[in-house]
Amino acid sequence: MVENRPISRYIAHGILIIGVVITFLPIWLAFVASTHPVDRLLNDQMPFWPGDQLLENYGTVLSEGMKKAGGVPVGTMMLNSLIMALAIAIGKIFISFLSAFAIVYFRFPFRRTIFWMIFITLMLPVEVRILPTFEIVANLGMLNSYGGLIIPLIASATATFLFRQFFLTVPDELLEAARIDGAGPMRFLKDILLPLSRTSIAALFVIQFIYGWNQFLWPLLVTTDQSLYTIVMGIRSMITVGDSEPTWHLIMATVILAMLPPVLVVMLMQRQFVKGLVETEK
Amino acid sequence: MAELKLEKVRKNYGQVTAIHQIDLQVKNGEFLVIVGPSGCGKSTLLRMVAGLEAISDGDIYINEKHVNEVEPKDRQIAMVFQNYALYPHMSVFNNMAYGLKIAGLNRSDIQKRVHEVSEILEIKSLLDRKPRQLSGGQRQRVAMGRAIVRNPTLFLFDEPLSNLDAKLRVQMRIEIKQLQRRLGITTLYVTHDQVEAMTLADRLLVMNAGIAEQIGTPLEIYEHPQTTFVAGFIGSPPMNLLQCVVNGPQIFLEKQALLGIPPSRNIEKPSVVLGIRPEHLVLDPQGPLNLTIDLVETLGADTLVYAHLGRQRIVARLPDHHKVSLGDQMRFTIPPERANFFDVDSGKKIAAKFS
Repeated sequence: MVENRPISRYIAHGILIIGVVITFLPIWLAFVASTHPVDRLLNDQMPFWPGDQLLENYGTVLSEGMKKAGGVPVGTMMLNSLIMALAIAIGKIFISFLSAFAIVYFRFPFRRTIFWMIFITLMLPVEVRILPTFEIVANLGMLNSYGGLIIPLIASATATFLFRQFFLTVPDELLEAARIDGAGPMRFLKDILLPLSRTSIAALFVIQFIYGWNQFLWPLLVTTDQSLYTIVMGIRSMITVGDSEPTWHLIMATVILAMLPPVLVVMLMQRQFVKGLVETEK
Repeated sequence: MAELKLEKVRKNYGQVTAIHQIDLQVKNGEFLVIVGPSGCGKSTLLRMVAGLEAISDGDIYINEKHVNEVEPKDRQIAMVFQNYALYPHMSVFNNMAYGLKIAGLNRSDIQKRVHEVSEILEIKSLLDRKPRQLSGGQRQRVAMGRAIVRNPTLFLFDEPLSNLDAKLRVQMRIEIKQLQRRLGITTLYVTHDQVEAMTLADRLLVMNAGIAEQIGTPLEIYEHPQTTFVAGFIGSPPMNLLQCVVNGPQIFLEKQALLGIPPSRNIEKPSVVLGIRPEHLVLDPQGPLNLTIDLVETLGADTLVYAHLGRQRIVARLPDHHKVSLGDQMRFTIPPERANFFDVDSGKKIAAKFS
């Protein structure tokens, strides 16, 4: 299948270019919209090239936010989102790593049962269990706090499952060699398992960071305090501001800003990804 | 330096018994090879000595110390695994130093020790590399280095050469033997390769289905196998085992009288298994054993002749070259002093009669 005729190269490139255009065009339009004054967006035909309001629009959102949407500066919301996404990603990795370690390397009663119980929760998305979870969080007095935003989302069956699968592929001899070398379980975890899992951790971090960043329903429920608003729910509340026209230029500026951290995370972690794919040997 | 003693050691996996009661004593500095077909329990036995596998029954002593409940790291052992089990993310130096670091040696001692050992094994130039940058033979050396650096009293090898190509295997075999001689460390070595077993061992333990069939020096085992299993396992090609009928003072194979029962043997049953090594069959135009040739393998120094008599298949090893074609008849004699007799039912050797 490895053909290298120019014709097939052009076709391959053509398809890729079409794909890029399709995915990139909306983002481009969002960026363009964020650089124009609002009346140009509402009255004229949608412009295709950036306007001259870039600094003003972004300055406005970052410092004051939108008055009509409560006036929370985008900076605050982004910080909240960042705290939430980081805590969820790191917490999930930490907890799942330890649970998978326990399930794979220790013999204890009901080990299989516990694994399957964790596994079953995979089937239930956040939305399904949102009411009971809300009840618990409310009773614990964690509404309107970072704890309330983060803790209910911090355990992950998916990550536990992925780590378990990865641990099962690590040859038993490594554990045995470590035992003979005198490493106890936690030492084995730290010195051998953790470095070997580096690439899976990187992959999970990317996935879970984006998952945390994009949370919408849960922050909407548990926060009423505007200083705890996250960016994704912030955007939503900007669009639905009573009966006045949405201020699209500011909304789009917020959208572009909201997109940056996940993009940054993917770009930075991608090196680890690729490196992990190349180093297949365990 | 260590003596190893196994007393009535057993291993059960649920209902299945993997090892039936093994007694073994390994002397200080001895090289003992455990050999047997796959699944015979030889690796399990080794892993029990290492402490990686629990002991169902019996006792293991290292240097008179009862070690059944002792953690692997406290048994003063070192093990070389079949797939080497090098830590993939650590450099060769760190692989070798890891155990010492955990043991709490200070950095300069670790440096010194690792360098000493890497000098012995000629892997000094590899110390900064990662395992994946090494060839099979180099990994093998590093795995041995990791074992030696710990200064163990007992070396355990679990089929360490089976992942190497044939030429390297021979070379490493010689090196392991020389190294063990030089360091004088008591060694337990598991293999399914009988050439490795014969060449390396001071003494051999032949295992089959969880039972120690025979323990002895390689020559003892080759010359005087105690059971038909050992006779059929050791030697390449293995010993011919012929189902013979006893009639009066004579032993018959497929109705041909082969040889008289040696007066020293106590053969009572009407049939007996006669064992004869391929190289002990003597070409003799007047011989009683009249074989039809099936296949001839010319090896250069000698010739292997595969033949049959009735339903019995027989291999003979003849020195030098021979012009033989398929379907030819050849006659052989069995020298009585070379013949081994085994009980038809138990497969055990029929001992000499003391008179």
